[in-house]
Amino acid sequence: MTDKPKVAFYWCASCGGCEESTVDLAEAILDVAKLVDIVFWPVAIDAKKKDVEAMADGSIAVSLINGAIRTSEQEEMVRLLRRKSGLVIAYGSCAQSGGIPALANQFTREQIMRVVYEECPTVDNPNKVHPQETYVDTDGIGVTLPGFRNIVRSLDQVIDVDYALPGCPPTPKLLAEALQAILEGKLPPKGTVLAPDVAQCDTCPRKDTKPQDVSYLEFKRPHWTDMDPEKCFLAQGIVCMGPATRSGCESQCISGNMPCTGCFGPTSRVRDQGAKIISSICSSVASEESDQIKSVLSGIPDPIGTFYRYGLSKCLLRGRVDTAVTTSQSQEARK
Amino acid sequence: MMDRGNGNGRSDLRIGVYVCHCGINIASMVDVKRVAEQAAAMPNVVVARDYKYMCSDPGQEMVQQDIRELNLNRVVVAACTPLLHEPTFRGACERAGLNPFFCHMVNIREHDAWVHEDREKATVKAIDLIRAAVRRVKHHKALERRTVPINPNVLVVGGGIAGIQAALKIASAGRHVYLVERELSIGGHMAKFDKTFPTLDCAACILTPKMSDVKKHPNITLWTYSEVDKVDGYVGNFKATVRRKPRYINEDTCVGCLECIDACVFKEPRFTDEYNEGLSKRKPMHIPFPQAVPQVTAIDPETCLRFKTGKCKSSCVTVCDRNAIDFDQKERIEEINVGAIILSTGFQTFEPKDRLPQYGYGIYDNIYTALEVERLVNSAGPTEGEVVLRDGSKPRAVGIIHCIGSRDTKSNIWCSRVCCMYSLKLAHLLKERTGAEVYNFYIDMRTPGKGYEEFYNKLLEEGVHFIRGKVGAVNDWAITPEEEGRLVIRVEDTLGGFVRRVPVDMVVLSTGLEPHKDAEDVRRKFNISCSPGGFFLERHPKLAPVETASGGIFLAGCCQGPKDIPDTVAQAGAAAAEALALIDKGVVELEPNTAFIDAESCSGCKSCLSLCPYTAISFIEAEKRAEINEALCKGCGTCVAACPSGSIIQNLFEDEEIFSEIAEVLSNG
Repeated sequence: MTDKPKVAFYWCASCGGCEESTVDLAEAILDVAKLVDIVFWPVAIDAKKKDVEAMADGSIAVSLINGAIRTSEQEEMVRLLRRKSGLVIAYGSCAQSGGIPALANQFTREQIMRVVYEECPTVDNPNKVHPQETYVDTDGIGVTLPGFRNIVRSLDQVIDVDYALPGCPPTPKLLAEALQAILEGKLPPKGTVLAPDVAQCDTCPRKDTKPQDVSYLEFKRPHWTDMDPEKCFLAQGIVCMGPATRSGCESQCISGNMPCTGCFGPTSRVRDQGAKIISSICSSVASEESDQIKSVLSGIPDPIGTFYRYGLSKCLLRGRVDTAVTTSQSQEARK
Repeated sequence: MMDRGNGNGRSDLRIGVYVCHCGINIASMVDVKRVAEQAAAMPNVVVARDYKYMCSDPGQEMVQQDIRELNLNRVVVAACTPLLHEPTFRGACERAGLNPFFCHMVNIREHDAWVHEDREKATVKAIDLIRAAVRRVKHHKALERRTVPINPNVLVVGGGIAGIQAALKIASAGRHVYLVERELSIGGHMAKFDKTFPTLDCAACILTPKMSDVKKHPNITLWTYSEVDKVDGYVGNFKATVRRKPRYINEDTCVGCLECIDACVFKEPRFTDEYNEGLSKRKPMHIPFPQAVPQVTAIDPETCLRFKTGKCKSSCVTVCDRNAIDFDQKERIEEINVGAIILSTGFQTFEPKDRLPQYGYGIYDNIYTALEVERLVNSAGPTEGEVVLRDGSKPRAVGIIHCIGSRDTKSNIWCSRVCCMYSLKLAHLLKERTGAEVYNFYIDMRTPGKGYEEFYNKLLEEGVHFIRGKVGAVNDWAITPEEEGRLVIRVEDTLGGFVRRVPVDMVVLSTGLEPHKDAEDVRRKFNISCSPGGFFLERHPKLAPVETASGGIFLAGCCQGPKDIPDTVAQAGAAAAEALALIDKGVVELEPNTAFIDAESCSGCKSCLSLCPYTAISFIEAEKRAEINEALCKGCGTCVAACPSGSIIQNLFEDEEIFSEIAEVLSNG
């Protein structure tokens, strides 16, 4: 064993892209490996849960955890890592604010199970078998599965988190800078998001092409539109989350002629990224007639998926109330 | 004085809570004693009291004494609306040495007592609202009002009697006035009238001297045939752009000899005279009426041969020894700086033709609007005051139908306030000039004014007929020989309890008053609001009737709502006094509840720029970020809500303040 700082990586409800981004450090990862000791990284090294359990509390310098939290297993693992780590960094959009998995928060657990195990066209399940947390077969042998929670939470809604590295996934540059800061002990105040605190437009290569009086007569969808490769997306009537999203991503999507979808999350001054951009964009709809407004907004058929693509766990409205559920039922559910 | 600190740390917060009974307005629905007791137990609350009228002197004194003696550093007043009394309680705090913005009001009258029927629930709601305020005031900061100097000039928009009166008052007080009138002459509607009610004095005799005073006054710059295009700036420092349309006559050299009109190649007047409501004809070279101010003619390029064909011997030019005719005159743009603006843009009369076709206007010749009859009875009008029908005959019977375009959801819902009285006046004049039988068809007679009921009584004695009922239709469908060839008014006589058919030779429609067609454009231009009917909205219906929500912009006359000449003149005087009071202070204090942009955080996304209703936000190209002119900002919060990166902050409405309030309202106490 060396006395290099110990680092752990872990993934929860995620796509694996965050792991990829770590690998994207390329040769630089060797420099990192020289400076730190990676003690736990299920995707790349063979270390088990019991190895982590054997470590002294607080002995891992920093754990970088990506993915949102949906299952009891994920809860258990992140609590363990929290106990063993000096610092925990929420790595990527899902850990920071729920990410794509949190879009499932629009639906109940039962709806999700029903679609996945019964209604999905590729499913053949005539007996309507659903997974159970525990199952004992005829030989008396029991197996267990992790519990599936009612909602998807961000990492800081489950454990205490020190910093967040935003992005879907975070850029290698931000990761390198974060590790650098940790190694040099130059840490910002707890809770800081490790990216610039100014919105995307600040560094957008198309900034100058946005007019001062932008207003929306219609919204066009990117895949149906021949997009001008140089003009501000909003000025073209294409929803761009840039104004409501932190910069630091090096404008990768915009350079690829696609609008910002908001993965870097809001600035520190905004509590609810989706609500903010909705408030902003709707203020500039160029009509005051309800029918016309409806027609303008029909260009955004999936507002939650558009404006809360990465942040539904952090939405100020914590869930939907199913009006079909009576008050007593919902009180029951709350218990 | 003891140092009260800024109170931002929880430990040194000392809050006083004051619960007002508002007589029984609040106390009848809210258990104010219990509310005060509960408030006393809230965190950091040092004292909580209830009192019958918090806004009274003893009430305010109570707050001031507590600030001094108990060393309070926050004050929460649960009473009526901040619109009414926020300045009162802020003032009380200020007098006791506390920054006025440490005071916060909770509205438990309009938001609670007046809208609930369950005393228990209303009481709990009051407690919840106060708890939220107690938590909110923790985040309040000491704010300072800024002062800026005021430009002493005044812009008056609209030269009817309201604008004339306001302009003369201000000019006589020694301030410079720019009076901008859209038409060729000032005088407005009043100049079209023959007599005024209830005194029957001649409108021209009382108005035209004022009109010429305006023209002569050294402190008045009069621009007729001009419109305000644009207004920038803020209270005390407005910049207005005025567009002066070409009348093709040089106003400075024309002396109003009117010889050019005689000399015009059109020997006879051939074109519709708008000033006489189309009842007469005029030439392309014309003056709206003989006493017009300025006494300057104008050329109508739509009918003038020189403009239409380029070929005219232009005898008008030949005859004008002042060389005042200028076919090349162009539109001119003037920019002026003023400290206050008075809007006196007036009204338009209801147009019955397509909107109420059952009254036959535009279908039958001898149906007139009241304004047309004003011209007919006017000795300076198209018939020199002789009342004749379109075929030249005199009417034997006249029906005056009240409330045309008033008091009806199908047209306008409001009472136009002047129609009953002008109908009485026209009834008197028509009877006097023609000897005809005159019938008034009214819904209710509304004569609330000095000498008005007396005038009505006089008319009753003169033998004018009054039939109470809303007229159903006017047409020429005769069913008796008596009705043959005449107009028949069908009405349910609600006093008699039967339907009448009244044959007459002339019908006068007493059309109501409504906002100008372009009132909405004017509203937008001057950043003020309109009432539901479209008249300009005063800041408070009782306590600020000539002010608007936009500082430095005042209202006079019918643009604010229908009113008669005495009320208009009184209101114009009030608007002049308000404008002078503002200007004479020399400086204007700006409320600090404004928004500002954190320069470090702004990404320059431009989302806010076009949203500001006060054009207070500009984009600094060099720095590629937005900036708010705090002097222009009215604190409406639009940009704050719309800033997608949360980089616009509004004093008194910071996120912490609002979220803490919401969280506490939603908590269970």
